[in-house]
Amino acid sequence: MFDVEKIRNDFPMIRNNPDLIYFDSAATSFKPQPVIDEVIRFYETRTCNIHRGDYDISFAVSKEYDDTRETVRRFLNAQRKEEIVFSNGATSSLNIVAINFAKKFLKKGDVILTSLIEHASDILPWFVAAKEVGCEIRYTPLDEKGMIDLIGYEECFKDNRVKVVALPYVSNVLGYIYPLKELTRIAHKYNAIISVDGAQGVPHLKVDVKDLDVDFLSFSSHKMLGPGGVGILYGKYELLDQLDPVFYGGGSNARFYNDGSIILKETPEKFEAGTPCIEGVLGLNRAVEYLEKVGMDNVASYGKELTEYFISKLEKLDNVEIYNSASEAGIVTFNLKGIFSQDASGYFNKQGIAVRSGNHCAKLLFNIIGVTETIRASFYIYNTKEEIDRFVDVIKDTTIEKCVDSIL
Amino acid sequence: MMDKEIKREIMLDHYNNPNNKKTVNDERYRSVHNASDSCIDDVTVYMLVEDGKVIDTKFDGVGCTICTASTDIMCDLIEGKNLEEAKDIINEYYKMIDEKPFDEDKLDEANAFDTLYQQANRIKCGTIGIHAIEDLINGYDKQ
Repeated sequence: MFDVEKIRNDFPMIRNNPDLIYFDSAATSFKPQPVIDEVIRFYETRTCNIHRGDYDISFAVSKEYDDTRETVRRFLNAQRKEEIVFSNGATSSLNIVAINFAKKFLKKGDVILTSLIEHASDILPWFVAAKEVGCEIRYTPLDEKGMIDLIGYEECFKDNRVKVVALPYVSNVLGYIYPLKELTRIAHKYNAIISVDGAQGVPHLKVDVKDLDVDFLSFSSHKMLGPGGVGILYGKYELLDQLDPVFYGGGSNARFYNDGSIILKETPEKFEAGTPCIEGVLGLNRAVEYLEKVGMDNVASYGKELTEYFISKLEKLDNVEIYNSASEAGIVTFNLKGIFSQDASGYFNKQGIAVRSGNHCAKLLFNIIGVTETIRASFYIYNTKEEIDRFVDVIKDTTIEKCVDSIL
Repeated sequence: MMDKEIKREIMLDHYNNPNNKKTVNDERYRSVHNASDSCIDDVTVYMLVEDGKVIDTKFDGVGCTICTASTDIMCDLIEGKNLEEAKDIINEYYKMIDEKPFDEDKLDEANAFDTLYQQANRIKCGTIGIHAIEDLINGYDKQ
């Protein structure tokens, strides 16, 4: 049974900030007590490096680190734990795929298919890769709401030049859940691979990589209750294994010689040069366990419930323009008529409500929604309808005068 | 300290009807673009200086109330001033934003921003246009 009050009790940020309404979980999420305890436990009783110490603590922590791979494998329903690479964030994971895939498999004239909804972290690495190799960037058509037009999407493959597709599971501005299974099926039909930005999708939805059949999936620990500094790259083993690392160094090689030759460790270790964020990975284990305990079906349905509740309330207000009324995954993007988004969010801040304004790192999206800057409110499992009610009351009475007054 | 009502009026007036917000296509003007990398404020300032004196300053772009009003007010304040005087006004403005003692008399309507320092997240809004103006003045001054 989903009990939001019980969940809220697990989050010290909520206890310690009783007047704060936090609607910016798409930027980063709060962390529950077991995650915090795990990180502290590492610092207080288990500090060591992994995979190289000849002593008990190092051996034990190395095992816990590797156990997290198994936990993440289970969470994604991946085939094997060797398909899970730890990086330092979704951005880092997306770069590993883009830079290396392009270097190894793309040639001049090939097409990278992406979209205008993309976050900078999913599109800039491909821009750079495309320039280096001489590839073309192509944008899949979107309908007026920002949903992917599946017929137009398939059309993009017809000249047989698309070799790789880069799309998000959930847009970080629109909160739409894209039909990943179908997008993947079509990509594979034309022998293209698909790399998915899961930063917003994985924290909110039940993900089954076998069922979705995606080739690569990147996401961050810190947006799904885990510590910062840890990213995850899932890749189908045979593909992942063909990629080269971005970084080289300790921990990722087995041998190296005078003549400059290197024998790397096996996948996934070959991608993890240097000391990783060990405490972060251990904390991620607890975060995944926490989400599993709540149940990802519950996480998804509660996120949808809050999103729809907020949108239905906003739709009744005359002073609000909503840009993603079909959103399902905890993200609502809107503006107050006649008020610049940052003026409004500055006023909300004064009322104890944390939201984000701006272009949310998706700087091409104005092509679709027609405005460059918006307010984004994003929800997670610890938010409540009462908080939304309070926010709606504030929005209802927001005027430009009040926004200006908030800085006087 | 300026009265709250007056401050609000000044800010909204310069936001709703910025008399210096205008794109300039005149070769005699120099321009500088300045944009925030973390928010949406994005302005270009155009300036005409003759004989060491600021003749005219205009700006265009997108900005919030603070960005638009502060830029518009500063364009007014430095008009007709020589470069040293204009720099001095800008320095007093920065002092105010940094919560340091400053000369109110030199800032006129810009005193409306005398409590902006309390809003850490908005200080940038109040300096984007001003930095662009400062860059232009420094450019002219180096000659």
